[in-house]
Amino acid sequence: MSIEVHNIYKRFGNFTALNNIDLQVNSGELLALLGPSGSGKTTLLRILAGLECPDGGRVLLDGVDVTSDSVRNRRVGFVFQHYALFHHLSIFENIAFGLRVLPRNSRPGNAEIQKRVQDLLDLIQLPWVGPRFPNELSGGQRQRVALARALAVQPKVLLLDEPFGALDAKVRQELRGWLRRLHDEIHITSVFVTHDQEEALEVADRVVILNQGRVAQMGSPVEVYHEAFSPFVYEFLGPANRFHGTMLARVLESAEYVQTAPGADVRSAELGFVRPHDFQIVPSESLSALRFRLENVRPLGEQVWLTVRAENQEVSVRVQLPWREWKEFSVSTGSDLWLRPRHIQIFRDPSVQDEWLGEGGHI
Amino acid sequence: MARSNKNVSSIVGRDPVWVRVLLISLAVLWLSALVAIPLVSIFVQAFDHGGAAYLEAIFASDTFDALRLTLLIAFLVVPINTLFGIAVAWCVAKFEFTGKSILSALIDIPFSVSPIIAGLVFVLLFGTQGYFGDWLAAHDIKILFAVPGLVLATLFVTFPFVARELIPAMQAQGTDEEQAGLVLGATGWQTFWRITLPNSRWALLYGIVLCTARAVGEFGAVSVVSGHIRGKTDTLPLHVEILYNEYNFAAAFSAATILAAFGLVSLVAKKTLEYRLRRQTKLLESKV
Repeated sequence: MSIEVHNIYKRFGNFTALNNIDLQVNSGELLALLGPSGSGKTTLLRILAGLECPDGGRVLLDGVDVTSDSVRNRRVGFVFQHYALFHHLSIFENIAFGLRVLPRNSRPGNAEIQKRVQDLLDLIQLPWVGPRFPNELSGGQRQRVALARALAVQPKVLLLDEPFGALDAKVRQELRGWLRRLHDEIHITSVFVTHDQEEALEVADRVVILNQGRVAQMGSPVEVYHEAFSPFVYEFLGPANRFHGTMLARVLESAEYVQTAPGADVRSAELGFVRPHDFQIVPSESLSALRFRLENVRPLGEQVWLTVRAENQEVSVRVQLPWREWKEFSVSTGSDLWLRPRHIQIFRDPSVQDEWLGEGGHI
Repeated sequence: MARSNKNVSSIVGRDPVWVRVLLISLAVLWLSALVAIPLVSIFVQAFDHGGAAYLEAIFASDTFDALRLTLLIAFLVVPINTLFGIAVAWCVAKFEFTGKSILSALIDIPFSVSPIIAGLVFVLLFGTQGYFGDWLAAHDIKILFAVPGLVLATLFVTFPFVARELIPAMQAQGTDEEQAGLVLGATGWQTFWRITLPNSRWALLYGIVLCTARAVGEFGAVSVVSGHIRGKTDTLPLHVEILYNEYNFAAAFSAATILAAFGLVSLVAKKTLEYRLRRQTKLLESKV
């Protein structure tokens, strides 16, 4: 069951939440809508569900235009960030709700409901919680129940709004893996919203990155991470140090790997990024290295985080090194050290970037 | 929660004994003087001439008629105001529309207006000199100094109770669960009956208890529109006053015991419901 979105436009007062969004979710795909808060990702998801009405554009489910269909008729499964379980009903009745409200002629019998609910409880690996109430379960369990409830009506697509947003880090991690395995098992076309890039990259088949109501980039997790089109995407997907082109000019020639985004040019590089783990300490001054002063050392288990600053520069640079590599040098704070960027990502200046985005060549 | 309670009590426990004794006895004395003694004295006065006299006073035809009328009014008013309260609370708590704050303020009018004024409004409207007076007289419809007037006045005075209890309860629940219901294919009606109403049932019952208590005990507005026709338009509170003014103290206090007993029952119901409501609010908080 595919989802197509054409030219979706949505305003709230003076704020443009979604600005002509086009995207397609292939049948059986697990797609992540990733973006910072205010990027429009949840609004887009709610428009897909029919909980929000777009000001322009069309939504197609399986090729059929459903833009004017009500929530009830769309047959989508929706999982809310705060679960939205019916707390006056048992878990069993929560999951059975969608079946019990069906019109009489299509409503399954009690035995059938019993069986379907039990199957779903088995699927979410909580077969014993049927008689319990929502407040007796942990956050992670409630979220799984919310998922089972959404699946009970055999929806055509499954939409999840920040499904793990309200959970603590460890449970998030577990549920992520679980959601991925569940999806591999039932292959329902799914879209989930998240602001956590790690979550999106780990779980999704494809990631759509939204920024200020526009699609900044879409592609597989590997594509968006390694071939970012814009400084926004690059910085959003992981920690990155920003350099002006002039500063990088002397090392560009010798860096192991220089990647240029579309529209940017190595020779007249305006803006370059180096991820903290893409630095290497070199013993002494060399053509390929930049000189920094060490300001701060913060060991973090197997890694060590350094804060360094180049001469005459205001912004400090973050460097991440393996503990073992760092131990060999053990430079003291306040002294100089030489760092060689292994990988540099070149972009055009972001002020030019907006114009480039506006040309519509961003997909 | 349990732990923080313990901490609080341990801090309180550190006060010297005489402070605790003094504060508690002050509170007890004050409440006794203001509430307990008057309440007990009602019953003492009522039974002053013995149980037989008490029963006779209660079943005296006028008192009994007044009780019947009071119950009839409550029986008519409470369901109407319950329906109204649910409807208006649903509008205000779950939807956004222009004029919402005006509607919300209108609900509070009976709270802010003196009941006497409320009664006078009906006199102005339906009295012989009132706007509809001629028309009503021409069609031989009696509102003022008759049961319809009493019902209208009581309706007016008691209409905020259910709505005011329901609105915060419904607002606290938000609209997530209703949205979940709609996505799962429920109609608006099903969502209301299966989600909104059960979720706010304790607040609703609480509102109904308050509404009933006020409907039974209302004096001011009813007094203005009643006309004090014995056995016809005298409600129980009005009847107590009449008996008292006639120096018929035993009968007045006997009638008053019914109102007092009703008040006590309401209080117990109210306390029970408050407890349920608090528990539910706690559940709601733990939900997030």
